[in-house]
Order: sequence, then C-alpha cells, then structure tokens
Amino acid sequence: MTDSADNAVDVVGVSKIFGSGDQEVRALDDVSVSIRQNEFFTLLGPSGCGKTTLLRLLAGFEHPTRGQIFLNGKDIAGLPPNRRPVNTVFQSYALFPHLTVGQNIGFGLEMLGKPKDEVEDTVDRMLKLVRMEALKKRRTSQISGGQQQRVALARALAPHPEVLLLDEPLSALDFKLRKEMQLELKRLQNETGITFIFVTHDQEEALTMSDRVAVMRDGNILQVGSPRDIYDRPAERFVADFIGDSNFLRAVIKDVSGGRARLALDAGMETEAELPDGMAESGAVTVVVRPEQARFLDGEPGARETVLEGRVETVVYFGTDTHYHMTLSSGERFIARIQNDDRGERAPEQGSAVRVAIPTRAVQVLKD
Amino acid sequence: MTGTDDIRQDAGGRAEAEAARRRVRVNWLLSAPALVWLAFAASGPLLIMAVYSFLTPGDYVGVIWDFSTEAWFQVLFSRDIFDQTVSLADAHLTIFWRSLSLSMLTTLSTLVLGFPTAYFIATRPRDQRPLWLFLVTIPFWTNLLIRTFAIMELIRNEGLINSVLLKFGLIDQPIQMLFTDGATLVGMAYVYLPLMVLPLYASMERLDFKLVEAGYDLYATRFQVLRKVIFPLVKPGVIAGSILVFIPSLGAYVTPRLLGGGRNMMMGNFIELQFGAGRNWPLGAALSITLLFVVMAALIVYVRNVGKGGAGHG
Amino acid sequence: MADPLSTGVGGAGERRAKRFSVQTMPGFTIMAALCFIALYAPLFPMVFYSFNAGESIAVWQGFSWRWYESAWGNELVKDVTIRSLVVACFASAIATTLATLAALGTTRTEAFKGQTFIYVIINQPLMVPEIVTGVALLVFFAMIKVATGYTGLAYLIAAHTAFCIPFAYLPIRARLEGMDKTLEAAAADLYATPFQAFRRITLPLMAPGIVAGAMLAFVISLDDVVITELVKAAGQDTLPTYMLGQLRRAITPEINAISTALLAITVVLLTAIFFLTRKKE
Repeated sequence: MTDSADNAVDVVGVSKIFGSGDQEVRALDDVSVSIRQNEFFTLLGPSGCGKTTLLRLLAGFEHPTRGQIFLNGKDIAGLPPNRRPVNTVFQSYALFPHLTVGQNIGFGLEMLGKPKDEVEDTVDRMLKLVRMEALKKRRTSQISGGQQQRVALARALAPHPEVLLLDEPLSALDFKLRKEMQLELKRLQNETGITFIFVTHDQEEALTMSDRVAVMRDGNILQVGSPRDIYDRPAERFVADFIGDSNFLRAVIKDVSGGRARLALDAGMETEAELPDGMAESGAVTVVVRPEQARFLDGEPGARETVLEGRVETVVYFGTDTHYHMTLSSGERFIARIQNDDRGERAPEQGSAVRVAIPTRAVQVLKD
Repeated sequence: MTGTDDIRQDAGGRAEAEAARRRVRVNWLLSAPALVWLAFAASGPLLIMAVYSFLTPGDYVGVIWDFSTEAWFQVLFSRDIFDQTVSLADAHLTIFWRSLSLSMLTTLSTLVLGFPTAYFIATRPRDQRPLWLFLVTIPFWTNLLIRTFAIMELIRNEGLINSVLLKFGLIDQPIQMLFTDGATLVGMAYVYLPLMVLPLYASMERLDFKLVEAGYDLYATRFQVLRKVIFPLVKPGVIAGSILVFIPSLGAYVTPRLLGGGRNMMMGNFIELQFGAGRNWPLGAALSITLLFVVMAALIVYVRNVGKGGAGHG
Repeated sequence: MADPLSTGVGGAGERRAKRFSVQTMPGFTIMAALCFIALYAPLFPMVFYSFNAGESIAVWQGFSWRWYESAWGNELVKDVTIRSLVVACFASAIATTLATLAALGTTRTEAFKGQTFIYVIINQPLMVPEIVTGVALLVFFAMIKVATGYTGLAYLIAAHTAFCIPFAYLPIRARLEGMDKTLEAAAADLYATPFQAFRRITLPLMAPGIVAGAMLAFVISLDDVVITELVKAAGQDTLPTYMLGQLRRAITPEINAISTALLAITVVLLTAIFFLTRKKE
C-alpha cells in the first residue's frame, strides 16, 4: 500500500471530523500526502483549511477519524504524543513560564530519562545553535518575543526528533524579525538535517522557505509542488488567487493536440497553453496571467506573445513598480505590474487606450 | 480492499469516540468528590427541607411524619383560635413587606453610592486600579459581624454619634437609632456596598472611553453622555450588582438581628425563629422554600441579563 | 517680552483643556470619596476603643492593652478561638482539595455535557441564602444525630467545607483558565507522560491559585456566623457565634479587641492573596 521507507511521513486517506450531526465539521477530507526525508515541507492555506489539524494529527494531539499516518514507515496511529519521535514548535511557543530557558530546552531530554550531563551538553549545544548562550538562566517571561521563538525552536530540536512540526511559529513576530527568522529556520533545517513540516497562511513565507508546498483549502490538498511550480503553474483558481496576484481571463478552447490547446481569449488574440490532465478538450475555460508578465506594446508583438487591448483606469505607483488597472475590450479587469526602470518606455496615462503583450508561456489554464 | 478500509475507518472513529468518552469520564471523576460533598451538606438538605414543609410540627421540636399543607397555608393566612375564621396573617405580611422594601432600598442606596465609586476606580490609571479595588475588597471579606458591630457602636444610645451630639449640646436626649428599620437599612447598605461596586467596576472597566468621546463629539452634554452612552453600556453590571445586593439582603440574618432588634424582624430572622422559640419547623421550612424561590427568580433575571459567572457572599 | 495677548489666550486654552476631561463626571469623585470613607470610617472607632483603658466604648480614658490581655486571658475566648481555627483548618483543607480536583475536571478539556450542572452545584452555596442552607442543615443533621447518636464537631466541619468549596474553586479555576492549554500539550510533545506533565507543569503553575483558594476558604470559614449558629450543638460556639452572643449583652471593649484582631488577620491574609494573584507584567 505504501512505499514509505524513503518518506519521512506518509499520510494515507486521512479524514478528521469534529463534532457530529448538524455540528459536524470536516476538518480534513480524505487527505493523502507524502513528505520526503530532510525536506522543508510547508502546508499553506487560509485559516480553517485544515493545515493545523493535519499538524496536530501528526503530533498526536488529535486522532484521525479515518486513514493512517506513517512515520518512517511505521504506523503511529496508536501512539500518544509523548511516545512519538516528533516535536512541535507551537504558535504561542508554549514555553513553561515557571522554568528557565535552559530548563525549558532540557525538558524533553529529561522526560526521556537521559543522564544529567547529556542533558546539560545538549542544552548548551542547542543554546549555541540558536545563539542564546547568554540567556540560559533567564525566565521565559524575561526575554523578547524573538528570543522566545528561538527557545521554542531549541526546545523542540533538543531531543533530535525525526520530524519537526512548526505551527505558524513566525506569526507573532514583527515584519523585520520574521524575515530574520525565516533565514534562521532555513539555516537550522540545513544544519540539523531534520525534516521540517511548517504550517503557515503567509504565501510569501511558504515560497521563500520551502522545498515543497502543499496548498490546502476546506480540508483538501489542492496542489503539491515546489514553490516555483505552485506560483508559475497553479492548477486551480484558488491556488492562483491565494498565491500572488492574478489576472483571470475567459477563453474558449479551439482545438487540442498533444496536450496543448489553442485558446481564443475573449479579450484579444489566440494563444496556446498546456491543458491540465483530465480536462474537457473543448468549451470555455479560465486562464491565469500574473500581472508582472505583461508589458505595454509599442510596435508589433513577438513570436511567442499574445496581445490584449484595453483602457487604463487607474495608475498606482509602488516605488519599485507601477500597477496599471485596466478594463479590457471584453470588459474584464486586468492589472499590469511594470518595473520602474529608466528604459525610457512611454508610460501610459490614465484613460489612454493601450495594448498589452503577454508571453504565451505565461498563460496557464485552470482546472475550474 | 474496501472491506478492510471500512473496518479501519470504524476503528479510527471508535478509538476517537472512546478517547472523548474517557476524557469526560475523568472530568466527572475529578468533580465527583466535591459534588458528593455538596449534595450531602448543601443541596441534599434543601430537598429534605422541602419535604419537611409538608409535615406536621412536633410538640417540642422537630416534626411528626403526618402529611399536611398547613405550613404552606400559614405562610400567608392565619386561623382564629376560637372560630377558625381565615384571615391574612398580618404579622407575616409585615415581615415580608419589610424584607422586600428594605432589600430594595438597600439595593438602591448601594447603587447610588456604588455607581460613582466604580466609575471613579475604572477611570484611574491602569496600574492604580487594583489598589483601589483592593480597598473595596477588604471590607467585603471582613467579617460581617464585625462590620455590623462597628455600625452598632456608632449608633447606640451611648454610642459615638449620640455622645458627640450630646457633648456639643445639639440634643439633650440620645436619639434612638438602634433597633429601627433605618438602622437595618444603613447596616445592610454598609455591609453589601462592596457587592455593588465590584460587578459595576467589572463592566465599567470594559467600557471603551472612545465611545464617550464620540458622545461628546456628537454634541451630547455630560448628563446625556451618562444617560445615553455610559449607562446603557454598563447596564449588565448594574443588574449584576443589584441582584448580588438584593439576594443577600433578602435573606439577611445577622444585620437585622443586631441593628433591627427583635421587633423589626426580616425573613431570615423569622425563619430562624420557627426553628427556635417558634417551634414550627414545617412553617420554617415552607418560609425557607418561599425565600429560595424568590431568590431563584432574581437569579434567573440575573442569568438572562448578565450571563454566567459572578459570585455572591453573605 | 512675551505678547500678553497670546499668553492670555494660551493660558485660557490650557485651563479649558485641563477642565474638560471626557472621563470625569461632576460629583462622581466626591461620591466615590464618600463611599470609601463610608467603607472605612465605622471601623476606626471600633479599632480605636479596643485600646481604651476604661470600660466604655464611647468615652476615651487613655491607651491600654488591657482588653487584649483580658481577651487573651479569657478561657472561653481561647476555647472558641481554638474551635474556630480547628474548623477553619479542616474545612479549608478539605474544600481546597475537592475544589482543586473539580477545577481540574472542569477546565482542562473541551466543554462537555453536564459541565453547567457541575458549575451550578459547586456555586450553589453562593446562590442560596445562608439562612436557608443553615436551617436545611439543621433539619438534616438533626435526623443524622437521632440516627447515629454522634454530636461532635464533624457536622460543623462538613457544613463549613460545603460552603467553602466555591470560594476555593473560583480562584483555582480562574488560574487554570488563564493557563495556556498548549503547555500540557507541549509537555506531552516533549515526551512527558500525563502524570509527569501534571506534576512538572500543571501543578506548579496552578499552585498560586490553590494557595489563594485555601486562604479564601479559611477566611470564609473563620467568619461564618449564620450557618454555624444553626448547625452547632450546645457548647460548640466558634469565635463569631460567641461574639454574636456577647453583642446581645453589655458590651465591653473586649469585643472591640477581638474584632480588631480578627480584622487584622483578614487584612493580612487578603494582602497576601492580593500579591499572590496579582498578574506579573
């Protein structure tokens, strides 16, 4: 059933239902996913999508209503949290307020019955790893939010778990600190070689840190792939919408050959795009185009470009780039994001009619 | 394939349901000792007393196990010893009326004094508030008897107030203040004042003064802001405080006994009398159940308006 | 030279700004001051005359410890004080234990059916007037006394424990509810067994709540008049019921001395609770 030996975690057909009857909430709906060894894997989705539930199932705080969970090939369904070689960094950090920083970090090893000097050594090593040596004897209430974050990390890493679970650990930090901790987490994952499973609702965080991302909605995993895959080749409208800015355009399939479809855009010329598996080979579809893929056209379009026509409604200046909000000839809305460099291109003004060129490869057909 | 799947699914669901049941069972086990104790020494006896209210008084103390509704009849009516004519029991009605009116006046006077006080505390800087609140809680936790005694000392004929007035020649006879309804009212208002301030403060602390600013910004006068903005927002606190004062006032025993004296009895003293010199346990039981129902009615008003939580004392 | 006109305008502006504060209501501060005075003023003469050298509680005849000595030397007072302390110790210890268990049973998991029932039963002594509980216990214990023949102190302790339970329960529950539930999850995640998690995490963190609850229960038991008065057998007076009896006779400053001592104990305990439960920033 599973070829799980290579995978750190295999989730097979897991459902989780809270409550019953009218109150029933299906937090996870027949979810299957495999997470590889030493991978930085991110569960991304809006609140209520089931990402935290999946994490809690892995940690053992909840039990699946259906399905199985394998950790390095072993079924861990029956194990309570304290017997799973998995540690969690909690969103609230959950540092023990009556213990010192050092005691917090050593707690797991102590519970495992490790000898005192081994605990001490590991605690010191962990403090060094998160660069907090000086604060060992402090109470957790006497250190800053960023420092608490590091202690929570060190505490979860100290027992050297097979998998580290991180539940939106950066959400309580301010912007600058969050950026810093993103890099820090990436470094820690490289140095320790532990599989990280990271839960977030922040698409940017997911894109910058992860090896692979799973996008979730309403208890389902919609798409799993590398950050580049997810951004450039969103499979569904929700994924495209949730990650980055998107323009959605209507199109009609003309014909299909070898998985590639010829499309007629409502708002302009024909173009070509790959058709996702299992889609009807005719009829109306929605395609997505990222705003930064567009450029204003002075002369003729290139060979692998398609052209849209419209009128600029609003111009919004953003420093590094400028957003042009347009209404296309089809009546659809379109946003073009143009870098502000000094190539001397003529910037269209509000109210002017424009032509916009998009590379064919930037047109992605959506499943729904 | 599907068969084993189903079995596994059921097993998963069952294990989960079993774990939830186990947690609930542990909760009940943990709560059980307290519940059993309270059933034995608080709730259970109330039921026994309900039964007693339908029995016949014993000759000396206690009851004779004969069913009778006489006690409930006696709560409101009396029979003439000679011709058995039924009339309203005036003495009882006087006591009920005194209990009700004194309790309402107590509630009103604590509200008048407590509202500005709670407002005052709620508008102190955040770090000063616990201290002011602490000043309210000290009398709250101080023995009711001591506080009543303190009032008693002030208003006795040979007490401080009369001594001072006599000394300065403002009066030539001590004013009889002790053993009057007025004394009971002052005493109850004094001992239950903290019960009004605390819930009032709790709701005023949550008051967003931006709303008050908005009121002034929209041309309201101070009085209008108080009446149209502040008061509606802290109404739950007003209701909570009023009921927390009203309930113990209605059942008060120590204060009316010491300050009102034997003639100005309230419900609490009247009930106690039936178990003492009155030697009519069924009537005492019926009166207690009556009091209990009035209090429960007040509590229902409380829960409807304020929700759960909050504690009374006294 | 400052422009006199602008200074004048500025001064008026400042004065007006100071005068209009959205938070003040006319007369409220005076009422609040009156309220605080009313709360404390009656206690002062009582404390004051406990140091009176004379027999009167209205005429000052000089400072003396005589009434404290007299109370201290009074065998009856000693007797009832010891009984009060014994009852309070037993009642607060049992009530705190039961309340701690109940608080653990009502705060650590998701809400469950019957939770409201448990709250109602536990808080019942707060809702039912004391006089009603008192006479109910009088009736009930009278039945037991007839059945068993036992007339000892256990009745008082049982009754006190019952009405102390909610007072012990409330601060413990508040403490547990203020405690992050993920702390226990974190302990389990870090390989602690449920027992280890309780002993190493939950118990130390709830300890201040337990101490506060025990102290409140102790104060409440020590102060009780009504229920004790109704439940006690002959010769089982506690300090408050003894005082109640005394207040109906001729009053000497000895009562003031005892009251003052009791007041002092209450204030000390409350101050301790205040600092124990104060949230650290």
